[in-house]
Amino acid sequence: MAEALLSVESVSRRFGGLLALKAASLTAPAARITALIGPNGAGKTTLFAVISGFLKPTAGYVHYAGHNITGEPPHRLARRGIARTFQIVQPFAGLSVHDNILVGAHLRHRARTEALLVAEKVAEEVGLADMLDRPAHTLTVAGRKRLELARALATEPTLLLLDEVLAGLNPSEIRDIVPVIRGLSARGIAIVMIEHVMQAVMSLAEHVFVLAEGCIIAEGNPAQVVDNPAVVEAYLGRGAAAKARAVHAH
Amino acid sequence: MRGVLAIAVVIAVLAVVPLLVHSNVVLNFLVVTLMIALAGQGWNIIGGYGGQYSFGHAAFFGTGAYVTAILQVHYGVNAWIGFLAGIVAGGAVGGIIGGLAFRAGLRSSYFALVTLAFAEVLRILASVAPITGAGVGLLVKLDLRAQSFQFQSRAVFYYVVLALVAIGLLIAQWLEHSRFGTWLIAVRENEDAAMALGVDATAVKLSAMVISAAITAAAGCFYVQYFLFIDSSIAYGTWISIEALLTPIIGGVGTVFGALVGALVVKSLGEGAKLVTGDVPGLDLMIYGVMLILVIAFAPRGLVGTLTDLRAGLTRRFGFPRKTAEVVRG
Amino acid sequence: MLSPVILITAVLNGLMTGAVYALVALGLTLIYGVLHIINFAHGALLSAALFAAFLAYQKLGLDPYVAAFLLAPCFFALGYALQRFVIGPASHGDDRNMLLVTLGLAVLIENALLYEFRADTRTIDLAYSFKTINFGFTFLSVSRLISFVAVFVVALALWLIMALTDTGKAIRAVAREKLGAELAGIDVAHIYAMTFGLGTACVAIAACLLIPTYYVNPSAGNAFVLVAFTIVVLGGMGSVPGALIGGLVIGVVESLGGFFFGESLGQVGIFLIFIAVLLFRPRGLFGASA
Repeated sequence: MAEALLSVESVSRRFGGLLALKAASLTAPAARITALIGPNGAGKTTLFAVISGFLKPTAGYVHYAGHNITGEPPHRLARRGIARTFQIVQPFAGLSVHDNILVGAHLRHRARTEALLVAEKVAEEVGLADMLDRPAHTLTVAGRKRLELARALATEPTLLLLDEVLAGLNPSEIRDIVPVIRGLSARGIAIVMIEHVMQAVMSLAEHVFVLAEGCIIAEGNPAQVVDNPAVVEAYLGRGAAAKARAVHAH
Repeated sequence: MRGVLAIAVVIAVLAVVPLLVHSNVVLNFLVVTLMIALAGQGWNIIGGYGGQYSFGHAAFFGTGAYVTAILQVHYGVNAWIGFLAGIVAGGAVGGIIGGLAFRAGLRSSYFALVTLAFAEVLRILASVAPITGAGVGLLVKLDLRAQSFQFQSRAVFYYVVLALVAIGLLIAQWLEHSRFGTWLIAVRENEDAAMALGVDATAVKLSAMVISAAITAAAGCFYVQYFLFIDSSIAYGTWISIEALLTPIIGGVGTVFGALVGALVVKSLGEGAKLVTGDVPGLDLMIYGVMLILVIAFAPRGLVGTLTDLRAGLTRRFGFPRKTAEVVRG
Repeated sequence: MLSPVILITAVLNGLMTGAVYALVALGLTLIYGVLHIINFAHGALLSAALFAAFLAYQKLGLDPYVAAFLLAPCFFALGYALQRFVIGPASHGDDRNMLLVTLGLAVLIENALLYEFRADTRTIDLAYSFKTINFGFTFLSVSRLISFVAVFVVALALWLIMALTDTGKAIRAVAREKLGAELAGIDVAHIYAMTFGLGTACVAIAACLLIPTYYVNPSAGNAFVLVAFTIVVLGGMGSVPGALIGGLVIGVVESLGGFFFGESLGQVGIFLIFIAVLLFRPRGLFGASA
């Protein structure tokens, strides 16, 4: 396996009495797609928040490209090349699509005209080229997801954290966006994706981590993970794996 | 650029006015209106473009005013140097208040409250401190020479404040087309999303606050030169906090001309009301209160903002006027 | 040095003033707790209530403590109408807009009072305005003692309303989880208006309690309400016990501060406490985490 670009080591995060993350560790190699799956409430978005600098861990470290980035604020991480999308999309509602992506482009391009051109190119990549002048709040859910992706891409990241980017999309929209994601990986961008849409996980991810109740309970390639009884139980409840085996036996 | 051209045209039109109008009453009205517009331009930077609604911009107006007045009255400093010192002092106070507020992560209501509180603290301190003349206030000595920043003719004051307003317009224009401005607007729209895209939100807000405070402080310095008198309720009173936010909101938050249009509209209505009903105190502010509510209810983007929206709507439907991207590239 | 009697008197006076501050703060914190906005019109409404109490005395001959029973429902209705028909609709649900609309109302109300009544300060002189009771070691003003007791009666009444009535429960539901309350069939706009009405009624009662010993002019309410803001933030936005305790604390601080440092600096002290709380512990003593 290629060397780990991102390394999360034993990260814990406490909120008052609740321990949302318990010594969770994961790694993501450069230019590969890694998936983070798990039942609702497992702490996946919390882990993303820690990796992207929105939360400080109570314990543990995050390393990126050889640097210790634990606790660095989001804007510094963006400059390092870590970009993220949000589970609940956060467009700049009053601005046009073009101006939305422009904000991302400005990270690496100071001059406005240059940044606008970069933004336009990114928009083409995700399929928003003909909607540049529309106000962001007029986009459909699928459009907003693309916009979220475009904004993050405009920052020219080396690591892209996608938080349920496929949620709320219908099957044909999913079919359209999966190749875009695969294309990003081909370009050399490492991707870590939180996802519930299992077909996408199976077809896109090369390595999968499973988070349940704040702990990493399994990891491996998609086929291995799906067969893992601990994973089945995390999703379906205790004893479900045994029941499933019993059913299969008949 | 089209924007700069528009500014030049507007300033040119306004510059012609004193050549046509000789009534002191009207010129006085226009000078005060432009001064309020200047204060509003300051508020517009942090409130309009930055989306952080300050209810205490009097803190900067008053600091500019007092610094220049104190330097002239107590230390014999030249009025123009005092003017610059007042602007710098105002900006510094903006940096302090903004630094404290933004580092503490204050947003929305809490930010409005803390700015209000700072302005009040300054007002009370100014009303008792000997250096500000306490309850009596400060009188700047009459010395009608250009080097003392005092002029016999009201028209000259008009041109000075018009020049300041022009600078304000250019600053707003620069903001709209610069990376800094784009970042500031992004922070306004969604601070978390902006941070995820590499924007140092705290630094951006702080810088905007300093610029905003400096511009409003300039209005305060001008007040002193024009009226030659300042006291705590004029310098740090709620009247200027309200007028500084009212004018851009009515004229158009987050637009280049918003504060100017707003000041002209608001002040004209105020004067008009006084002419009709006689000079009863409270009437003009009553009207301002009503206008504020009506604008928020029916035209929250203000006059200029609503016009821009209409224009954008026409563009989408009929393809004219030209699209933004074309304009920028062209 | 200073006799303990003087200090104790200052503290007791502070407590009594603080009680009325607390009542004003109570209205404010109630509105914040449910609508999640700072009602910038609170001060102007207090000024209006002071004028109403003044007029009730002058034109109708009503003693302020009696007038309270008339003015409380009137101002409740006024508050209800303001929220239901002006603030709510004008704001389109945006926090920042609500700030501006309440500010606009404040400016409008205060200047309407200025326009109508001019800026002269008026007072009421009642038979008992200057009466005091001899407690042995000190004298305390009768009307301020009555205020002190009245505030706790009102606070108790409010608590009963919140705990026992359907409306009270609905208010608590909306404060905790607006969307859920809406889905459960609660008319949120109505509840918002009821809450605003209750907050305004508190202000009206406070005005009646104040008027025997306080003054009346268009900006009287503002002076009071900035202190009320401080209390609400100190006690914790939306916390009723916070408002009560905070009010008493601030009343004592102001009394002692004014005693040692003079009135103006005492006021500055309060604002500095205010700023410090906002910067370092915005949720105050009893408030929920932001």
